[in-house]
Amino acid sequence: MPTETPTFDIDRDKGNFRYDESHKYDAGVGLNEGVIDYICDAKGEDDWIREWRKKALKVFESKPMPTHWASKDLENIIFEKIRYYLAGDTRSKKSWDDVPDEVKQTFERLGIPENERKFLAGVEAQFDSEAAYSNIKDSVGKQGVIFMGSTEGLMKHPEIFRKWFGKVIPTGDNKFSALNSATFSGGSFIYVPPGVKVSHPLQAYFRINAENFGQFERTLIIADEGSEVTYMEGCTAPKFDTATLHSAVVELVALPGAKIEYITVQNWSSNVFNLVTKRAIAHENATVKWIDCNIGSRLTMKYPGVVLKGRKARGEVLSIALANDGQHQDTGAKMIHAADETTSNIISKSISIGKGRSTYRGQVHMPKNLKGCKNNTECDALLINDNSRTDTYPAITVRGDENSVQHEASVSKVSAEQIFYMQQRGLSEGEAMSLSVNGFVNDLTRQFPMEYSVELKRLIELEMEGSVG
Amino acid sequence: MPTSTSENATDEIQSAFNRHIEDLDTAPAWWKDSKAKAFETFASLEMPKRKDEAWRFATIKGLSLDSYAFAALPAISDAAKIVERSSFLEKCAGRFVFGDNETLQADRISPELAAKGVIWAPLREAIAKHSEILKDYFMKQEADLGSAKFAALHHAFLENGALLYVPKGVEIEDPFVVYNWSINAGVALFPHTLIVAEEFSKVKVVEANLSATEENAAYSCGVNHIFAGVGSSVDYTHLQNFNERTLGFQINSNIAGQDSNVKTISVNVGCQRYRSETHGQIKGSGSKVEMLSLAVADYEQEIDQRTLQTHSAPHAVSDLLFKNVLIDNAKTIFSGLIKVDPGAQQTDAYQTNRNLLLSNTAEANSLPGLEIDANDVKCSHGATTAQIEPEEVFYMKARGIPESGAQELIVYGFFEEVLERIDSEPLAENARRIIQEKFRKRLR
Repeated sequence: MPTETPTFDIDRDKGNFRYDESHKYDAGVGLNEGVIDYICDAKGEDDWIREWRKKALKVFESKPMPTHWASKDLENIIFEKIRYYLAGDTRSKKSWDDVPDEVKQTFERLGIPENERKFLAGVEAQFDSEAAYSNIKDSVGKQGVIFMGSTEGLMKHPEIFRKWFGKVIPTGDNKFSALNSATFSGGSFIYVPPGVKVSHPLQAYFRINAENFGQFERTLIIADEGSEVTYMEGCTAPKFDTATLHSAVVELVALPGAKIEYITVQNWSSNVFNLVTKRAIAHENATVKWIDCNIGSRLTMKYPGVVLKGRKARGEVLSIALANDGQHQDTGAKMIHAADETTSNIISKSISIGKGRSTYRGQVHMPKNLKGCKNNTECDALLINDNSRTDTYPAITVRGDENSVQHEASVSKVSAEQIFYMQQRGLSEGEAMSLSVNGFVNDLTRQFPMEYSVELKRLIELEMEGSVG
Repeated sequence: MPTSTSENATDEIQSAFNRHIEDLDTAPAWWKDSKAKAFETFASLEMPKRKDEAWRFATIKGLSLDSYAFAALPAISDAAKIVERSSFLEKCAGRFVFGDNETLQADRISPELAAKGVIWAPLREAIAKHSEILKDYFMKQEADLGSAKFAALHHAFLENGALLYVPKGVEIEDPFVVYNWSINAGVALFPHTLIVAEEFSKVKVVEANLSATEENAAYSCGVNHIFAGVGSSVDYTHLQNFNERTLGFQINSNIAGQDSNVKTISVNVGCQRYRSETHGQIKGSGSKVEMLSLAVADYEQEIDQRTLQTHSAPHAVSDLLFKNVLIDNAKTIFSGLIKVDPGAQQTDAYQTNRNLLLSNTAEANSLPGLEIDANDVKCSHGATTAQIEPEEVFYMKARGIPESGAQELIVYGFFEEVLERIDSEPLAENARRIIQEKFRKRLR
């Protein structure tokens, strides 16, 4: 097995510090069958997975970039220059003192606890997180919940995971789902047995980072009949990550009566292409709720979807996007109604600052022969500066009996009266602005778990700095 | 020629075009040149493909031009009857009746208006007499919503049409009326209405596209361009009631100058397949553009409407309302976009699409889009699709109105929001009549 220990640079967004890293496994630059073999060997995967990956590679190569509708910025991704697999990080340990003050300050203002800060700064990488991850695993394991990495899940519990793996999002769904299918590593495979209600949220935060460089993580969550689970990813995911392309696939299966809530707070550094395919299947009476917050990245393209397959299934997407200078948040939602009396709700709020661009792209589909389906979509966009930009591109198709769809979108700016009022009471213009922006997203953030809404609020405050005056 | 129609068909169109140019022997060279260029453009552009965003949800097959006669016009036998039928507005400032691209009747303007410099002329006449105006304004607005190929076809084969030029400060109360009749089977129609309203002028135009028979299949590809100068007011109503065997395109565009008011209303009832494109270009600050439409689609009809509201200037208002009623297996597509350019601050732009489904098999597609590049704006769009509430029907049935009648009444009520914005009562009444006739035809 070829093992090289390359040296490469890490481009830090803020702070701009670099250090060397070495990896036990490195598949090198570029993508070909050899890389796939390398990944399979390194992970010790079964042959069927190898075949599956290779097939996906062919699909990836045959598919064109979706630039006929998507941002031309995609053309700036150079697939030949990307490292598709790095693992077994033997990164040299750094002490908290080595972290630049600027970065420390950022953490301070974000209000991230001391331990977490160290983790985020890359000071204490896996050890703490592995431990935390194991703690969660033990406690839910007693309830029969399976919570493990993608490869491990496929190898140890094929009877559970193979059945749905790649079924919600087939390899050929789009170019990037094919890429993920070829190169996936990391991510979580979760199975919640019937009737089990997982009391605390499962966090992906730890999994992604334990894998390190998990640019192509793959997550599959199966909630069996009547079970409930909340999953969180990202959280304060390394703001200063180095990845240039992040392309995840997340599949959720909510069996009859199950409830899945999936929460993402994406805060990649502003040099990351974040192209993620997320979809859920909701069976009879099941509910799937995506909470999706996109603050970071250069270009995010992510449209969490729910296929409402069983009667009375419900799908929900709550989305917050914040696009600052040089960022394009192309987010949205898809609701595919495929059974009677299914309901869906999409609420999207976006904020564009400076030259930032936020886009809502949505699809609501109600085919014929369906009865009593309902969809509600609301998109609100807030523009902060003269050169900020926002777009809305929904696509709605309705047929069938007693189905109804309503879609509304609005675009506005922060009201001058509000700012004036707050300034009269001693707030600076910047403070007033960020308070106003937080008010704009408040009715959504209220629905988030507390620590997430607090963090999001701080992130918004941070991003709003320097956007006025 | 790289078009996706078959080799032979392309040859046929090419020779039809050669014939068309030969027939124009007395026309000025610039006119023929511009047509030759347009034909080149037509030939070089590809037919719409399934993956084209501008044709999303639209049926791509069946757009081929093979079975239509270009530039070969059979004689019209009953011109007098057609002219007689072109009379739903009694009072008008001028009236043209075109049948299969021929001028059947030209009611000229009063000497007073002519003295003020108003020009109202069939295009055939205008080519020679008013070439300065045509050089500046004819086909000077791009077809940028997906039908560039068909707009080029229109330009290449166009035979006739209406030119209305209103000089500075002239206000005309009575409407100008254009009738475009499709008469013989297999004819390709290219209705064209060009409205140039100079500074502080005021004008109303009504265009009606109709079929003389219910059987004769035809192809129609119309263009309407409006140039609204500073402070002018243009009110344009388009009634489309071709028979159900017609394949129709209508490519409309208007440019609104500073402080101008432009209102366009279209009533779409006919055609087997109809595609309309409407571009409101807000180029002057303080202008107001209203774009309204209503459509009834039944059986296998497909009505595909694409709109664009481009705000290039600040302090302007645009308001769009498109309402559709769908019956049987009908399909409608509404694809709209509000585009606010950088610097177009204090824009107020609205876009609303409402679809009422009267059957379980009809399909309503809605693509309401926004692209906003300025921050101090008020923009919103809304799209709803639903069936009639059973309570509403119950209410009427309880008062002795049979179910079918109740449904019809609700449809009329649904359309009233658009119809009441037609200024002229006889015109609104005529639009109501066209819709009612469509429902009555269903009972036959």
